[in-house]
Amino acid sequence: MAKSDKKTKPIVDELLKTPTGINGLDEITSGGLPQGRPTLVCGGTGCGKTLLAMEFLVRGATQFGEPGVFLSFEEKSEELSKNFASLGFDLDDLVAQNKLSIDYVHLEPSEIEETGEYDLEGLIIRISHAIDTLGAKRVALDTIEALFSGLSNESILRSELRRLFRFLKDKGVTAIITGEQGERTFTRFGLEEYVADCVIFLNHTVSQQIATRRLRIVKYRGSAHGTNEYPFLIDRQGFSVMPISSIGLDHPASTERIPTGIPRLDTMLGGKGYYRGSSVLVTGTAGTGKSSMAAHFVDAACKRGERSLYFAFEESQNQIIRNMHSIGIDLGRWVEKGLLQFQNARPSLYGLEMHLVVMHKAIDAFKPGVVVVDPISNLVAAATEAEVKSMLSRLIDYLKMKQITAFCTDLTSTSGSLERTEVGMSSLMDTWLLLQAMEGSGERNRGLYLLKSRGMAHSNQVREFILSNEGAQLKDVYVGPGGVLTGSARLAQEARDKAESLGVKLEIERKQREIERKKAAIEAQITVLRSQFEDEKDELERLIAKEKQRGETLDSETRTLAKARQADELPTQQDSTGKPRKGDRK
Amino acid sequence: MTSEENHGKPETPEIGEKKWMLRLYVAGQTPKALTAFANLIKICEEHLDGNYQIEVIDLMVNPTLAKDDQILALPTLVRKLPEPMKKIIGDLSNTERVLVGLDIRPIN
Repeated sequence: MAKSDKKTKPIVDELLKTPTGINGLDEITSGGLPQGRPTLVCGGTGCGKTLLAMEFLVRGATQFGEPGVFLSFEEKSEELSKNFASLGFDLDDLVAQNKLSIDYVHLEPSEIEETGEYDLEGLIIRISHAIDTLGAKRVALDTIEALFSGLSNESILRSELRRLFRFLKDKGVTAIITGEQGERTFTRFGLEEYVADCVIFLNHTVSQQIATRRLRIVKYRGSAHGTNEYPFLIDRQGFSVMPISSIGLDHPASTERIPTGIPRLDTMLGGKGYYRGSSVLVTGTAGTGKSSMAAHFVDAACKRGERSLYFAFEESQNQIIRNMHSIGIDLGRWVEKGLLQFQNARPSLYGLEMHLVVMHKAIDAFKPGVVVVDPISNLVAAATEAEVKSMLSRLIDYLKMKQITAFCTDLTSTSGSLERTEVGMSSLMDTWLLLQAMEGSGERNRGLYLLKSRGMAHSNQVREFILSNEGAQLKDVYVGPGGVLTGSARLAQEARDKAESLGVKLEIERKQREIERKKAAIEAQITVLRSQFEDEKDELERLIAKEKQRGETLDSETRTLAKARQADELPTQQDSTGKPRKGDRK
Repeated sequence: MTSEENHGKPETPEIGEKKWMLRLYVAGQTPKALTAFANLIKICEEHLDGNYQIEVIDLMVNPTLAKDDQILALPTLVRKLPEPMKKIIGDLSNTERVLVGLDIRPIN
């Protein structure tokens, strides 16, 4: 078979990729579709195959300067133009600019008779001509399986399809081939046999009355790719795929801290508040003040001049603004200044994926520094827990990547453990605050615990969380022998403690006075004793003197008497009487 | 070409009263194309008695023409006239089917 002149593309070692320009798809395929090779897009009816193929061409033509050829086997070009006009694609304009060519390939079995050998050179010539006319780099065949219903000789058809795909490869065009899903195979006629480089499978399921479209890369030869089923959306901006994990865990980590809006809470968080770009979770039972904390955070952000985006799934904007007035926060002024935007929607309004996309789009458009999701637990109404978790993890990844601080509230049911979240979210969060109702002495008070706060020193103490006209305040709870007390019990206990300590003080003073008294008494006694002693001493000294006098007198009298009797001196007697006597005499 | 003597329904033309306009699409002088052309001449000579006109279109030369007649397979024989348009694909080796396809009743 002779072929038109081919521009054979040099084969390169590394697999080159052609970006599709479709939101998210390039991330999953890490760059796009295999360049110069055909890609099979298969799926059931109405799952978006044609749209994917067309968007690939339109984005190629408008964003990457690569003209495209669309071969439609099912819809006429006018029908296509009309259908895609509703998605904002002006096909006629692109055709007029020679950036796109739409060729409607029609096969009417009733007016065709087959006699003997044939081939599909005519089709190849048409494609080749269209490619050469535009200098096209992209081709879409939608859906080539129509040939199977138009032509009966399947063996010729199959060998010709093989030749067609080889031709496309030789041409160096990046092609999308669509195929209807078969019962047990990816495509009804086994096209995957021929298109072996990249296979993308589209799926459209309805669960709990909410439809979700999903995309999966079944195969991508020679390239790493995401293997999950990625939800995707078709809206007025076309096709958008939401990569669950393709964002990855390589987002920046800021050391900048931002205040919580409640000074005492800043103190608990090492004195500075949350990290910028971190995720904060507040859990608590009904009426514990979760939204009020969110309002404080938003208020503080707006005061700094940062934009805040508030996703409310339970209350309307006006209701939130009115309610926050009661704790002295005027959110209305920030809305008027354009610093605060509310996005209110019931979770059941649309599927989770739609929520995610709406959130993504709102975030992209408003570029906030702070995002509040109040409450995340309500999203369970729209899907299963696992889905909510995956959706939120994607949201948080996205916010972290953009360095937006996320503040999520979560309503816990009173029946279960408080230290769990309704959707098992806590592990995704950097800071986790628990608001707990503390019941006792006929009242409920709010206690705030800091369950975790990654990467900073934080308080392990429970604080009483008080909502007043001036806003939320944190107070130390009473921790003493009477247990942990809050509210009026704490006040009563504090009063009791005060009275008690006063009593102790008085007692001490009394004891001290007693000591003084005793000291004085003892000192008086000492004085008396001393004077007594002095008296006795005097007396004794007097007696001693008297005795001495008496002894001397006696001695002298004896001598005098001896003299008088003229007796001899009696030295021997004196010697024998001893020295003391001699001494005395002295 | 202009000598159309309309004889009521075009579905049942009578030979000799109708001008047959046939177009054979090929791509180069391929064996299939040559076979098809030879088969076509033979059938026309036998059954159309000179009231025909054959136009051979080589898509290698005029690729744009493929779009107008919705040509996919080659060779393709298109009966432009009489209406309605009919298409026969293949090398025309099965004369019976060609006659059915062209809506020609065999003379014998």
